[in-house]
Amino acid sequence: MSAVAALGAILARLCPMFVLVGPSGHVLASGPTLARILAPREIEGAPFLEMFEVLRPGPVDDMAGLAALEGARLRLRLRAGRPLALKGMVCRLSGDGSLGPAGGVVVNLSFGISVLEAVREYSLTGADFAVTDPTTEMLYLLEAKSVAMEESRRLNRRLEGARRAAQEQALTDPLTGLRNRRAFDLALAGLLHAGNAFALLHLDLDFFKQVNDTHGHAAGDLVLRVAAQRMRAAVREDDIVARVGGDEFALLLPGVNDMAASRLIAQRLISTIEEPVSDGARSYRVSASVGGTLNRQRERNSAEALLAVADRALYTAKETGRGRSVVETAPRPAPPAPSGHDGQGAAMRSR
Amino acid sequence: MNGLINRALQWLVRDSYGEALWRGLVEALALGEAAFEPLMPCEPEVTDRLLSALAGRIGRAPEEILEDLGTYLVSQPRTEAARRLLRFGGVDFVDFLYSLEDLPDRARMAMPDFTLPEIRLHPGAAGLYRIELGTCPQAGLRLGPVLVGLLRAMADDYGALVLLDHRGADSRGEVIEVRLLDAAFADGRAFDLGAGPVAR
Repeated sequence: MSAVAALGAILARLCPMFVLVGPSGHVLASGPTLARILAPREIEGAPFLEMFEVLRPGPVDDMAGLAALEGARLRLRLRAGRPLALKGMVCRLSGDGSLGPAGGVVVNLSFGISVLEAVREYSLTGADFAVTDPTTEMLYLLEAKSVAMEESRRLNRRLEGARRAAQEQALTDPLTGLRNRRAFDLALAGLLHAGNAFALLHLDLDFFKQVNDTHGHAAGDLVLRVAAQRMRAAVREDDIVARVGGDEFALLLPGVNDMAASRLIAQRLISTIEEPVSDGARSYRVSASVGGTLNRQRERNSAEALLAVADRALYTAKETGRGRSVVETAPRPAPPAPSGHDGQGAAMRSR
Repeated sequence: MNGLINRALQWLVRDSYGEALWRGLVEALALGEAAFEPLMPCEPEVTDRLLSALAGRIGRAPEEILEDLGTYLVSQPRTEAARRLLRFGGVDFVDFLYSLEDLPDRARMAMPDFTLPEIRLHPGAAGLYRIELGTCPQAGLRLGPVLVGLLRAMADDYGALVLLDHRGADSRGEVIEVRLLDAAFADGRAFDLGAGPVAR
């Protein structure tokens, strides 16, 4: 067996992507995996540098240039077909010719990061890699991790759905389906943080206790549910309507920044609540009192201060009779100024 | 780890015995969805209850069900990922048998809390392989029957003709004997290294 054949036989097993290049630059022998990739092109006998382009550390034009790269980390590319990126290493054959023709080199190649692409493109199998090559293990790991990752994504989607449902539940009043106190506080804090103008209305049902005491909880619950539906229908989609107590409600109306509009909405709410509520057998009548205030743009009111003004306005409305609304401006937060009615903030009949 | 076993049982039961039987089983045992989440911790006791209840309902021994589970994992499209990961172990059935000793490490690489018992392979004369499988306190059950079912299906997958014999269990573990009659008995199924689910 010639030296080239003997060396080729050993290398074919150890490095199935080796190329043995003679002093003339022509390929003398190559590994089976490389032959598979280049098929149907014949690699043996072809000039190495016509099949492979050395990209790094720099362009190589001739055999001397290739031999000079001994020991360097090479990056190469197939010149024909798919421009597959390869890694490589050059070793010179010994000068005495014992391993093969003096002046020749062995180039060992590997796929590096493009291995998955290569495996797919050329339908490589475990037998195409050296037994000692961890490529199969790497592909195993890649695949195992992507299976686990997919599983993790699925679980996350499920948990996110459950979290949303729980959060929705935590922010909803179960009887009326309106937002609850917590949701209201969060929405109020959000509006204040954004510094936007909005109106805050505090609404309390009148005569509700009588309905509840006389006709029972079922009637009381019905009245609450119907009042909630009507309020929801009387305001815009983005307005917040919350049940904040037994027969107490609070509304946030983003963008509403004048007294007249706030009063109009308050009156609309009172009117719709005053419509009789029927359970089929009986009809119940309640009314509502509303106290409100405004947060004008860039006013730095605190939630407590706004709620206190709305509460006081509600108290004033109740004092002057049932079914009334009072809207007052909030106290100037800084510097603190004596607050109060803005001149038009006196109690007014709801109709 | 038991979440994964429970999930596999869930698929097996639904595919083989129907959705209704499965629902009845889960309701009777009052099991939540979390019991079938591979990535969430689950008590081994849940798997034990599930297996006993299932055995009672379909009138088969738990060991038979576990053997079916092993076969199911390799042969059903739904669990193709498991078959593929196992096929990475070897280029032919004998290579695969030798890779069994690495299986616990491979499983742990895929999922850190997936703790399989130690596996030792002892090649004998005339194609006889003796497999010693340690105990698996984490899973709370003997995995020998699962391995028998899995080996049977993997032999088919590689096109090998084998005889399998579960030789019994003691406190140290279980012993399975594999007699390889013909390594290239049939064509087997193709295995495309690069056909996995890694995002393209």
